[in-house]
Amino acid sequence: MATGEQTVLQFAPTASSTTLSAKVHPLVVFNICDCYVRRPDQSERVIGTLLGSVLPDGTVDIRNSYAVPHNESSDQVALDIDYHHNMLLSHQKVNPKEVIVGWYSTGLGVSGGSALIHDFYAREVSNPVHLTVDTGFRMGAPAIKAYVSVNLSLGDIQLAAQFQEIPLDLRMIEAERIGFDILKTTMVDKLPSDLEGMEASMQRLLALIDDVYKYVDDVVQGETAPDNSVGRFISEVVASLPKLSPAVLDKLVNDNMQDHLLLLYLSSITRTQLSIAEKLNTAAQII
Amino acid sequence: MAAAPIARSFLQVAATEEVATPLRVVQIEGLVMLKIIKHCKEFSPALVTGQLLGLDVGSVLEVTNCFPFPIREEDEEVEADGANYQLEMMRCLREVNVDNNTVGWYQSTLMGSFQTVELIETFMNYQENIRRCVCIIYDPSRSSQGVLAFKALKLSDSFMELYKTNNFTGEKLREKNLSWVDIFEEIPIKVSNSALISAFMTGLEDDTPVTQCDYDRLQLSTNPFLERSAEFLIECMDDLSMEQQKFQFYHRNLSRQQSQQQTWLQKRRAENMARKAAGEEPLPEEDPSNPIFKPIPEPSRLDSFLITNQISNFCNQINGVAGQNFSRLYLMKALHEN
Repeated sequence: MATGEQTVLQFAPTASSTTLSAKVHPLVVFNICDCYVRRPDQSERVIGTLLGSVLPDGTVDIRNSYAVPHNESSDQVALDIDYHHNMLLSHQKVNPKEVIVGWYSTGLGVSGGSALIHDFYAREVSNPVHLTVDTGFRMGAPAIKAYVSVNLSLGDIQLAAQFQEIPLDLRMIEAERIGFDILKTTMVDKLPSDLEGMEASMQRLLALIDDVYKYVDDVVQGETAPDNSVGRFISEVVASLPKLSPAVLDKLVNDNMQDHLLLLYLSSITRTQLSIAEKLNTAAQII
Repeated sequence: MAAAPIARSFLQVAATEEVATPLRVVQIEGLVMLKIIKHCKEFSPALVTGQLLGLDVGSVLEVTNCFPFPIREEDEEVEADGANYQLEMMRCLREVNVDNNTVGWYQSTLMGSFQTVELIETFMNYQENIRRCVCIIYDPSRSSQGVLAFKALKLSDSFMELYKTNNFTGEKLREKNLSWVDIFEEIPIKVSNSALISAFMTGLEDDTPVTQCDYDRLQLSTNPFLERSAEFLIECMDDLSMEQQKFQFYHRNLSRQQSQQQTWLQKRRAENMARKAAGEEPLPEEDPSNPIFKPIPEPSRLDSFLITNQISNFCNQINGVAGQNFSRLYLMKALHEN
């Protein structure tokens, strides 16, 4: 290649492609798995659209998804575009802020047909994110990967598009975290009530405290190597307990308890009132 | 010999109707719960609704998918739009093999005040088309305390019959032995997940010893929630006392009318005696045109029942939170003593 100018294989710089990352809500994973389980028998994988928004710092926030029926044969893929648009419109009626941010497919790796589909989505939104969800567990563990496509060009000619992996983060809003234990198992017999949940939390706290005790004891006796950062954390925690004299603390606790007892009393009175009122209202009338 | 018993059993089968097994459990998929949580949370504090899809299997109602309804503005043309949206969604979901049966609807609520007449009316509407439908209520404001506030409700059968007759007087209610607890029936919820998704979730999120929800539950400041509950409780009590005043008014009117009727009747009787003495025709003892004989309509008890339900709901909530707070206070006390 004795040309004067050296042509170098160039990655066309896409806007913030190096810092792009994606956050996925668990609802999306649930949706994808559900669609995969319900797929028609003749297709091996499920393809669908990802909805969400792009945060101001460039991260892509994937919040919702829906499956799109498609036909796949060895050399071509056909996607039902009308269906895709219809679902998009329907979803946007409910939540106009959710826009297309990419697409997903189940199965490990990126195949040839994926590039075509990626092109299609690139026409709808700039720089779509491609999510692959490995439902076959081919690597022995669940794997969700996200890719963006980067154009490989040699001089001015576009050669190919390369799928570059971007970091993916699974994030949950608080209400989802509460239900997380429920979501992990296959069957939960009933939703935990207030007090049961309280009990579970307290038990966990107790277990944590026990662990810390054990660790400190071990370090003091010289059985475990002391770790300075852990020690610092522990001392911070212990120091963060507010220093109140016992009298003040007692007063605080007692005041609070009296308030709550008052509320309990009020609510019991209300219920007694309700039952009396009901008896009076439906009692036989003396005519 | 063999033919006769077969013929009889045929007739028997044809004659007996299918007895509907009572609904015992609602089985929701994790996917549905996540969708409901997301939808209600995004639009809180506005109240939103959506449709539930699933299967009705024996004594279990399985809810396998759901979709949200767009917020309805007060517009005439949106009525047709709403129905179109629903049909479109159901059609699209059918294409990806999602169960296409409507089994009910869900709605979000604020502080647990969801017992309204609209709820009952929606129930009646749904009940006409679907044999078994359920309403799921989710309260997003309680997730700040670490509680997943899902409830599955259904109207009790006796209440539904009574509602159809639209007659809520005292004797009818006594006949059916119906009180305010019998309006809504709460059904226990079970959560199920497919094996695939539970494998995913277990793999993706490591088992931390303490989760965020524990932090939320162990928080000491629940005062705002209790204050709001107490405020709502006071408002409801005001409403209830208004309803009771209506009843008192009605009773007073009724007794006054009856005493008026008595005096009128006595006067008539006296007149009749006088006429008989004078040899004239006795006047009838009833006079339907006289306004004091017009029966006064008894006010419906439906509203007071609903309000009573709401009040008891609030009381339950307050009890629950107060109980939690007691445990938290004791915990704090014990920590300090060490």
